[in-house]
Amino acid sequence: MESATKLDYNHQLSLKELPYIIRWRGDRCTSCGRCTAVCPVKAIEPAVKVHRIVQSEGFIPTPSAVRKIVHVIEQVADLDRYCTGCGTCTLVCPNDAIEPEYNPHNKFLYFKNRGGEGYKRGGRRNDPSISTLDRLKFTRISMLTDPALDAGRHEFRVRTLLGRILPPEELPLKRVNGKLMVDKESSKFIPPVREIFPIIIGSMSLGALSPSMWEGLAMGVAYLNEVEGLPVVMCTGEGGVPPRLLKSKYLKYFIVQIASGYFGWDEIIHAIPDMVEDPAGIEIKYGQGAKPGDGGLLMAQKVLKLIAGIRGVPQFVDLASPPTHQTKYSIEEAVAKMIQSMSMAWGFRVPVYPKISGTKTARAVLNNLARNPYAAALSIDGEDGGTGAAYNVSMDKMGHPIASNLRECYLDLVRQGKQNELPLIAAGGVAKKGNLAANAAALIMLGASAVSVGKYIMQATANCFGDEYNRCNLCNTGKCPRGITTQDPKLYRRLDSDKVAERLVEVFKAANVEMRKIFAPMGRSTELPIGMSDGLSIDDKAMAERLDISYAC
Amino acid sequence: MCRLAAITSRKYFSPLENILALETMKEGHDGSGLGLTLKDLGGEFEDLKGYPILSGICSKEGARTLDAFMDKAGFKLKHVWAPKIKLLKGITPRDHYFARVYDYPKSYKNKTIKEKEDLLMNMRLALRKIGEPDESIFVFSFYPDVITLKEVGDPLQLAEFFNLDKANLKAKIIFAQGRQNTNYTIYLYTCHPFFIQGYCSMTNGENTAFVPIREFLMSRKFPGYIGYNSDSEVFTHILHYTARQLGLPLTYYKDVITPLKESEIKFRGDREALRFLRQSLRPLCIDGPNVVIGFTPDGRCFMVHDSKKLRPGVVGGIKGKFALMSEECGLDRAISERDRSKDIFPMKYDMVIVQPQAEEVEVWNQLQN
Repeated sequence: MESATKLDYNHQLSLKELPYIIRWRGDRCTSCGRCTAVCPVKAIEPAVKVHRIVQSEGFIPTPSAVRKIVHVIEQVADLDRYCTGCGTCTLVCPNDAIEPEYNPHNKFLYFKNRGGEGYKRGGRRNDPSISTLDRLKFTRISMLTDPALDAGRHEFRVRTLLGRILPPEELPLKRVNGKLMVDKESSKFIPPVREIFPIIIGSMSLGALSPSMWEGLAMGVAYLNEVEGLPVVMCTGEGGVPPRLLKSKYLKYFIVQIASGYFGWDEIIHAIPDMVEDPAGIEIKYGQGAKPGDGGLLMAQKVLKLIAGIRGVPQFVDLASPPTHQTKYSIEEAVAKMIQSMSMAWGFRVPVYPKISGTKTARAVLNNLARNPYAAALSIDGEDGGTGAAYNVSMDKMGHPIASNLRECYLDLVRQGKQNELPLIAAGGVAKKGNLAANAAALIMLGASAVSVGKYIMQATANCFGDEYNRCNLCNTGKCPRGITTQDPKLYRRLDSDKVAERLVEVFKAANVEMRKIFAPMGRSTELPIGMSDGLSIDDKAMAERLDISYAC
Repeated sequence: MCRLAAITSRKYFSPLENILALETMKEGHDGSGLGLTLKDLGGEFEDLKGYPILSGICSKEGARTLDAFMDKAGFKLKHVWAPKIKLLKGITPRDHYFARVYDYPKSYKNKTIKEKEDLLMNMRLALRKIGEPDESIFVFSFYPDVITLKEVGDPLQLAEFFNLDKANLKAKIIFAQGRQNTNYTIYLYTCHPFFIQGYCSMTNGENTAFVPIREFLMSRKFPGYIGYNSDSEVFTHILHYTARQLGLPLTYYKDVITPLKESEIKFRGDREALRFLRQSLRPLCIDGPNVVIGFTPDGRCFMVHDSKKLRPGVVGGIKGKFALMSEECGLDRAISERDRSKDIFPMKYDMVIVQPQAEEVEVWNQLQN
């Protein structure tokens, strides 16, 4: 029979229920206190314990038990302060005395709904399995019958078009002395088109991201364009744009997002007369991969003075973006009118396109857009996408994988002969395992004109701790230990904007080289091989059939 | 690599000249086929220039089906040409090789050329559809003043098989293609040259951009854009699409399949139009390695390369007779009396165009304003 004292612990969790267990080594710890000070969730704390130690002194073994008072670092079994495995403690420990270890037997989701509140988090889908994108192989290698191109010597154009492209039959051209000239008297509407690098930095708002992070990305984007000649564009996310950027020449490298909260749009609209450049595009967010069909929320603790100013809201209030645009009641209202309104705001000089979550209904949206001459593209964010704050259930279980969603949309456009008119932007899980160029190239060959990537950028440029084992994933709390998704100056001061910018430049330069390394052996260099599905294979017959590509094993 | 031999002349000549040029260019085994397309016909066809000629192969049963089909459609047979077959070891003869000259149905007598062209193409496609499942009918072209002949085998042997040295078969433009032994499926519809509504081309090399191009062409909803048993067929259809359907001048064919980059476009007087074409016809861009030799309904012949010039090609000749060949030895065989120093080796920006009746040859450069 247990003692009464022990039974009192019956309703407490043991550490075995938690996703990460702290491994602390007393023989190495110097009790410096850095780990406890830095832990973003206060999952560890110093404690004083009495240990019974058997010891022997002198030349002849004479073991004796003594009791010693020792100082230890102890993990708490409190669900509000559970160890997220971020490893910041390990990072700061001078003696490698502490590290969190993933506990595959954890029962975290059985308990993380205390107070009747579903588990909310940031991060990713927590699916460590190999995604479809990573199973796709490039199998059409040019060998002897057609020489492979030389990625180092031949000229490559790894570029894509963002914007509605007129069908050739409708081009306002006329023949003059055997040459083609643009018919200036034609009243044909010519949609705006941008030539960009086919990997877009996905929508992450200033607010969701810290000032250091956002500024680092923005600087990197400007450098890539101005110095490296790589026309990389970045989507602002829904959170407004810093006023200085709105009026700068660098605005042309940004796709400005409008979403259901309309945060920052009063400021943006009022800045239009002072803009010296048009933005690269306008993205209307109807959905996102992290939480399909759900709205956004910037929690009050992240709404500091800077963010409140840019978004045009009071400080320290929860900023909720509803699941849908509340003023709209049909696809015609939600899409057609909004695209036209946004186009009109910039004199029809800026491509305007919607972004939706991956869904079985994507084709219905697509067909609406295909018939709308002002729709500049369709961005589809698959289930693996997302960096924001969301309910765990939304993140893990809602949404549609991007590969087949994109493919069926592309083939639908092919059937209509509009595959070159309405660019598809694919997102959600690109570079989930770090294979940025390969995943991007695979999606392009399945039919995407461009891909959008967020999580990978955070990890590659700012060392985000997150992984598919629910490591860290604190993005929603404002306690990001890396300073990426926080508005706390103490935290975001840890992140050096210059280093983020440098890494971003490295990431894109490397991706540019790697994409050539994929396209060159496949004999493609002049234009992006959009829809070159004969270049792809997969090792699963059902997937091959679904994606209309070959099976290879 | 396919061998390509095109000759255009002011005077009628025999296709044997092309085949001998192919033979000169031969390297290694070549039993996978020969394709011949003749335009501006002489001999017994000289007086029948206004009448469409159906070229193809059929079985005995296919012949009956074909006759019944053409009768029903109102086409009246005016003349039949068939090669005198000489049986040779290694070539399996089929029942009927034919070039049948028809008169249009009465209802089409006063129709426009375009309407007639559409009728002829649709008839060809219908016959193809009927004959393809059991291979009882193959039809390669149905157009006035054009004959196409194709068969599997070594080109020189096939010339003997068809008795081409004795046949009264002559033309002013003749394209010949001999396929090398990399083709794993030998099928008549994979054999170049390909022909559609007056436009013809033959190509060597692979077409790495084949699938997106095929999808783009097929989605134009033009009934003739089918087949694609060979990745080279798209070159003919791109030519037809840009020139006939879109009405672009011939040189824009080069601008479509190998578009200039922005830094080059800006020097062209038609840069605005080029920018539009580059965007709207982006899926038709090729990456090679290819040399394309083609002709247009008005009798111009041309040669272009992929944008990296990964395949050879040469044009040369004398006034009144020019040859466009995939290799120089073929040109030596076809027109040995020419001034070799004037041979043209088109580079990546060039389009060589030989005017009708082989009057003159010009090199158009994509970079010229």
